[in-house]
Amino acid sequence: MGKTIMEKILSAHADTDKFRIGNIIKARVDFAFANDITAPIAIKYFKESGAKQVFDKKRVGLIPDHFAPNKDIKSAEQCKLLKEFAQEYEIENYFEIGKMGIEHALLPEKGLVLPGDVVVGADSHTDTSGALGAFAIGVGSTDLAAVMALGEVWLKIPPTIKFIYSGKLNKWVSGKDLILYTISKIGVDGANYKVMEFSGEVIKNLSMDNRFTMCNMAIEAGAKTGIIEPDEITLQYLKGRAKRPFQVYNSDPDAHYEKIIEIDVSKIEPQVAFPHLPENAKPISEAKGIKIDQSIIGSCTNGRIEDLRIAAEILKGQQVHSEVRLIIIPATQDIYLQAIREGLVEIFITAGGAVSTPTCGPCLGGYMGILAKGERAISTTNRNFVGRMGHPESEVYLASPAIAAASAIAGRIASPEEVK
Amino acid sequence: MIIKGKIWKFKENIDTDVIIPARYLNTSDPKELALHCMEDYDSEFVKKMNQGDIIVAGRNFGCGSSREHAPIALKAAGVSCIIAKSFARIFFRNAINIGLTIFESVEVVDQCSPGDILEIDTAKGIIKNLSNDKVYKTNLLPEFIQKVISGGGLREYVKEEIKRRKINV
Repeated sequence: MGKTIMEKILSAHADTDKFRIGNIIKARVDFAFANDITAPIAIKYFKESGAKQVFDKKRVGLIPDHFAPNKDIKSAEQCKLLKEFAQEYEIENYFEIGKMGIEHALLPEKGLVLPGDVVVGADSHTDTSGALGAFAIGVGSTDLAAVMALGEVWLKIPPTIKFIYSGKLNKWVSGKDLILYTISKIGVDGANYKVMEFSGEVIKNLSMDNRFTMCNMAIEAGAKTGIIEPDEITLQYLKGRAKRPFQVYNSDPDAHYEKIIEIDVSKIEPQVAFPHLPENAKPISEAKGIKIDQSIIGSCTNGRIEDLRIAAEILKGQQVHSEVRLIIIPATQDIYLQAIREGLVEIFITAGGAVSTPTCGPCLGGYMGILAKGERAISTTNRNFVGRMGHPESEVYLASPAIAAASAIAGRIASPEEVK
Repeated sequence: MIIKGKIWKFKENIDTDVIIPARYLNTSDPKELALHCMEDYDSEFVKKMNQGDIIVAGRNFGCGSSREHAPIALKAAGVSCIIAKSFARIFFRNAINIGLTIFESVEVVDQCSPGDILEIDTAKGIIKNLSNDKVYKTNLLPEFIQKVISGGGLREYVKEEIKRRKINV
């Protein structure tokens, strides 16, 4: 019987030939990373372990992105720990402010995570890199400390659910809408402990930026990771980026899946996930008219150049509603610079939007756009839990950059057609 | 180990943002995190609960962010054990790694009431509800995980592996 891409990657990294779904293996890790929230605990435990060095200085990443640039003194202390650890242990891939970006956008962009890799990150959205055909899983700080010391991770081999997307995408429907729709169909634990493999004609024609968005949110269905087979689009993206050789794996036609779910995208409208779970996605036609106070365009989910281009297309020559704060956060410095070169930043500022240096900031209620009691935001981020972006009595509606941009103009949740 | 404590019952999909809101993640000090545990769900929870109390919850407990601060906050607040219909996978790993006792059981959750007293034999996976006299046997964890736990958690496992393999020294 054939194998899935996940099975091939894990077989190549496993310490055993007894490779069966449900078995626990130890897998060699190709790249490991943490951020300013998760690294401090990992560093403490790493130092206590007795390890004298990290398993590979080139394969560890430290990215201050959550509360960085430092939002307060305590955050500054946490970021300082990363910097000092990187210096002490000669870790090459430490990204200082001015060079950094949101980890899940930055690491693929820099060619540090690659197809066929086992990637372990101390952040739940590590699954984003699955879009490159890597097996990328989020873990906690203690697990990350163990990986930094041993260069391996214990894991249970998960089953895979295959999603096949077919049909013609409607106007303004993006990777964000596909993943929100998918989560709404299977629920926030619909893929718990499992791999979500995204496939089909629609995925084959989807850009890398949209693929990253889809894999990013696999965790919001509880998945161990999301994954997409590498193809020409992937290889094109990696040209000039990949920092080391890599191996492309594909799923065999006779591979075994726990379940196969087929989705006809021609029936899907742009989606809006209502508070307080990502599974509460509804078509835009059922969300129109909800008044908003803030619109956020950014994050590891939707802060890439294509996201900014779409937002600019809608905001060009328009004005942000007088009662709305529009905050746009490019995910990395390179994306920011590209947006400046393309004139997108000028469009945003002329429209009355605020543009920020890269940070996770408001997505997790850190800073740079916190909601007051009773306030409501439309956001291109990934979670709308209670209190996620600020006050426990505030609300977050999740959507694509197109919907977030149109809503910022309208002052209420709106589709781009309404503001043309 | 025998755990005995009073039940606090929570709904399904308790996420890590609710367990410990991100606005407190500028520290990893367990004592400080414990002060804000479950704050956005029930602002009085930490004041009302007693050391050793048990959380019982619906499916997908601990979904969302990978923050280890979530199980750390629960443990430091004095929660002795969490029994849920299911756990989100990163929370599951984190709880095991930091030594917070967890069990999966649909029956225990469905058949208990807030305030019930449970007695749990963690080694045998036997849960007794002393308030309604029901006894449950839960599935034990896979052998490797049991080995990690009995050895003192993942941190101890790593220390031993470094010594055993004579690597990284």
